[in-house]
Amino acid sequence: MAYSEELIKSLKEKGQLLRRDCIKCIGVGVAGHVGGSCSSADLVAALYFHKMKLDPKNPEWEGRDYFLLSKGHVAILQYSALAEKGFFPVDDLLHCKDIGFYLQGHPHLGTPGIEAGTGSLGQGLSLGSGMAIGLKLDNKPNRVYVLVGDGETDEGQIWEAAMSSSAKNLDNLCAIIDCNGLQATGRIADRLPNEPIADKWKAFGWNVIEIDGHNMEEILTALDAAENFKGKPTAIIAHTIKGKGISFAENQAGYHNRALTKEEYDKALEELA
Amino acid sequence: MAETNQRTAYGQTLVELCQENKDIVVLDADLGASTMGKMVETTPGLEDRHIEMGIAEANMISTAGGLARVGKIPFCSSFAVFAGGRAFDQIRQSIAIGKLNVKICGSSAGCSDFGDGATHQSVDDIAYMRVIPNMQVFVPADANETVSVVKYMASHKGPMYLRVNRNPYENVTPEGAEFKPGVSAVLKEGGDVAVFACGIMVTKALEAAKKLEGKISVKVVNVSSIKPLNAEKVAEIAKSVKKGVVTAEEHSIIGGLGGAIAEALRLERVPMEFVGVNDRFGESAHNYDDILNHLGLTTDHIVEAVEKINSL
Repeated sequence: MAYSEELIKSLKEKGQLLRRDCIKCIGVGVAGHVGGSCSSADLVAALYFHKMKLDPKNPEWEGRDYFLLSKGHVAILQYSALAEKGFFPVDDLLHCKDIGFYLQGHPHLGTPGIEAGTGSLGQGLSLGSGMAIGLKLDNKPNRVYVLVGDGETDEGQIWEAAMSSSAKNLDNLCAIIDCNGLQATGRIADRLPNEPIADKWKAFGWNVIEIDGHNMEEILTALDAAENFKGKPTAIIAHTIKGKGISFAENQAGYHNRALTKEEYDKALEELA
Repeated sequence: MAETNQRTAYGQTLVELCQENKDIVVLDADLGASTMGKMVETTPGLEDRHIEMGIAEANMISTAGGLARVGKIPFCSSFAVFAGGRAFDQIRQSIAIGKLNVKICGSSAGCSDFGDGATHQSVDDIAYMRVIPNMQVFVPADANETVSVVKYMASHKGPMYLRVNRNPYENVTPEGAEFKPGVSAVLKEGGDVAVFACGIMVTKALEAAKKLEGKISVKVVNVSSIKPLNAEKVAEIAKSVKKGVVTAEEHSIIGGLGGAIAEALRLERVPMEFVGVNDRFGESAHNYDDILNHLGLTTDHIVEAVEKINSL
């Protein structure tokens, strides 16, 4: 094993911790993005607690790597990672969406650790691509990671960005496609089918790595392989389960953005313990 | 000799600025030969400062947002209909909410691309750009002022939209003047009616004032800064004339300069008339003057509007 059991175990625990933070942040009786937060949690844990160079005390540190949440509707997941990493107090997560508070419903520039405002789907990869171009112009080694939803790849702009990032040989850019197979109103396969998703990214000139997005060793291996691949950007196609870790929410489109009952809230936290 | 074409002035100024500041980059969506972004691409030593994005305006604007986030000063150019219209959501979401330092040039604006017709003529861009919070909107009167505005944009932070004409015409503002946003400059004094104009209509407003000399005393105001707009100054000018005001723009009478001036004067009792495009799209013409005449955007249309206000 290239990575220690201890590392794998601690990152898996971080993934569960982020899921619990998200559920606490969503609370009872108010809609929140349960499903997509849980599908992305292990990927985000690997980035924030292992792969990326970050300085929580200096969020704008020049040497940092950049993470953009193109699927901005799971902002609570990124906030949880930033809080647990030390960018701001974990208790602040409970004040997300309070009037005037810095934790908005979607990532907002100005919040410590947020690199881009996202929410209108399909734009994050272009923003990340622009950062990667700028960093290359200045010969800087920083890397840019963009988390894209599989439903989000319905948006044509994703493919504009895929084409231009490949044409500009942005090997400092890594897109991670969270493929949970569901979008807000149902199965992607029944809505706007996106398969063969890996072949599409290959055809657009990307280095493509397909993994189980809940297998921490595969995630770390893919992130390292992406960094070592020169000449083209890398797309990590991460197969995930929407609502992962919460039995009643797994693979249920209905939990894309949903209010939890008190019973569901308690059960979710119990299962994620 | 000063360039009399706004888009060429834009390109030349970008070349100069790129040579002075390594952080300025210029993005085009396959229209660099029209926007004159290509002048940067073809200047030895600046090749890598021109970023060709292909025919993908949405991606161009968001990419510029990423460039700004890592310290670059991106100027994105396309025809106004595409730069602002096609990429409206990207400008709103990727750029304006986060106040990113992205400069957008809507080129071949208004009806200045006379031959290509409605699809290529922007009669609505001032309206949909100025309604976006955090966005500044500049419409220089001529090539001289374009140079000043572009220099201002490069040296001040925040999202800004520049509207540029495609065709050559004489300068009416001095070369090398410093541009100050929010300021409406009185180009000609007059005591009966004030004409607030922007873009090429400033030239026509000055001609109208000259035609009316001896009959009606017309004050001509160049409103190159549509947003921010100094409302107090606008009201002061409007109240300094006896009869009322006329606005003149190469844009719809809905939501553009006329709308901005009306908003500024909303608490004043000042009669007002609009010269602009009357809630319709443009269409193809064989030359610029023909389409301006067809849409009611000539010196004589301003004369008529001034006479109407003066007769009240």
